[in-house]
Amino acid sequence: MRRQLPLALVFIFGVFMIVQYFVPHEYSEWVYEFLLDWITIIGIFALALGIYSLTHVSMGKIRNRTPNWQYAIVTMLGLFVMIYFGFTARTGDSWGLYFVALVALTLGISSLTWGAVETQASRRKIGFAAGLGLLAVFVLVAVFDPSWKFYFYTSEGLQSAMFRNFFDYIMIPIQSTMFSLLAFFIASAAYRAFRARNILATLLLASALIVMLRFNPFLGPVGEYIAQTANWLLNVPNLAAKRAIVIGIGLGIVATALKVILGIERGYMGRG
Amino acid sequence: MKRSSYIIMAAVVVLFALSWIFKAMALDGETEHYITRAFLVTFSAFLTLAVLSFLYRDNPFYKFAEHLFVGISAAFWMCVGFWTTIVQNLIPRLSQPLSEFFEVPYIGGSFSIRFYLPVILGILLLLRLSRKVGWLSRWPLAFIVGTTAGLNFVRYLRSDFIQQISSTFVPLLGTRWEGFGHFFSHLDLSATGQLSMILANWVIFLGVFCGLIYFYFSKEHTGVFGKASRVGIWVLMFTFGASFGYTVMGRISLLVGRITFLFKDWLGLIS
Repeated sequence: MRRQLPLALVFIFGVFMIVQYFVPHEYSEWVYEFLLDWITIIGIFALALGIYSLTHVSMGKIRNRTPNWQYAIVTMLGLFVMIYFGFTARTGDSWGLYFVALVALTLGISSLTWGAVETQASRRKIGFAAGLGLLAVFVLVAVFDPSWKFYFYTSEGLQSAMFRNFFDYIMIPIQSTMFSLLAFFIASAAYRAFRARNILATLLLASALIVMLRFNPFLGPVGEYIAQTANWLLNVPNLAAKRAIVIGIGLGIVATALKVILGIERGYMGRG
Repeated sequence: MKRSSYIIMAAVVVLFALSWIFKAMALDGETEHYITRAFLVTFSAFLTLAVLSFLYRDNPFYKFAEHLFVGISAAFWMCVGFWTTIVQNLIPRLSQPLSEFFEVPYIGGSFSIRFYLPVILGILLLLRLSRKVGWLSRWPLAFIVGTTAGLNFVRYLRSDFIQQISSTFVPLLGTRWEGFGHFFSHLDLSATGQLSMILANWVIFLGVFCGLIYFYFSKEHTGVFGKASRVGIWVLMFTFGASFGYTVMGRISLLVGRITFLFKDWLGLIS
């Protein structure tokens, strides 16, 4: 049951998914469709597992006072505040006690966390008492304040103004700035790697320069030829080499899938 | 922490507050919630600068932004997953009372029972947290792994292998070949001419062939095989260079976007 049944399940579902491709019957496609739905639904539970794991790791950092443990608090705050905004929304014209509830919830969770990680018994009691008190305040506000509510209107929960603001003004700026940082590191790496020491390095340098210069507005009439050359580079030799790489990747994926289906690769089961 | 660190922190807090006040004054009259918007724009600018400060070296501001991003993005994807998959797709198929509670139209049919099974499998997956019955989580995992492996087997065999090989066998003399006489009498050197097409097709065919030879490590790269492998690495170098240039341009455009945000939305220096 512990090892044989998972192996059998992998084999059965793996072989089914291969066979169904060659069976153009409506029942086959029906089963295929709902198996895909199943994967998505189970994936959401895996996401919950990920959230638990993040919380567990962050709590561990706070409890053990590992280096930079203070930043784990920032992670936890970001997590809980965003979840709060994702599941609640203002319903009236005024904000009412919406942010009071948020502060009570945040402080309540923080106090409970503090109580959980504190070693002294008296401080633990204070932490738990304060945490439960603040959570009680949060529940009372949630029940009696008509200006906001837990939002259970299909995906409109995602339309909550603060949820979108956090996405637009926190997530996107950090994400795009982090990616843009790579431009500096790539430039630094290029300085070291792009020296025309031999023919291979020269090819690398030339093709990179041509592609980078193709949208340069200062090159005048030369820019058009550079753009044409860049397009040819991207559409012909680039396509050829990428195709060779993709064929290799495809073979690798097919071989790995076969190993998994046949039970040769069992790493996903872990130990025990 | 050192005293200088506290001074820097205090300076950042003061600058943040000043920026918030000035931004709110600038937005007053333009938008309804100008204080909230001013805070969000200022905070966004602070986060942008905090991430860029990593160029100097790792520092508390960068770490703050990094950890905040981890927490917020995890919560974001959890909320999106909950609302779009669980509420919109699963609940309407599971039960009518739940659909009414979430105010989504109930669409369950006679086979709606099949959607209880993934919920049970999902709950089994959560048992991974238990030491005693954690092994039960292997069942849903086996389902996902098996289904995905079978799916990928066919999908990648078709798209990454058969279709790629099929596309590589291009007509080496072009699609409009009518003999050498016609070819030389109508010689066209333009980018869309037949000569360019023939050249491109040869480069693609030989490029893929030689590229694959370069990745074939079961035979020593000597003689004709070695020469083909050498051509393969030349073609690969073109690709790596082009991909590098493409990536750099993509990152630069992101950087331009952030700089524009700082100078336009935050400081208001450019219109």
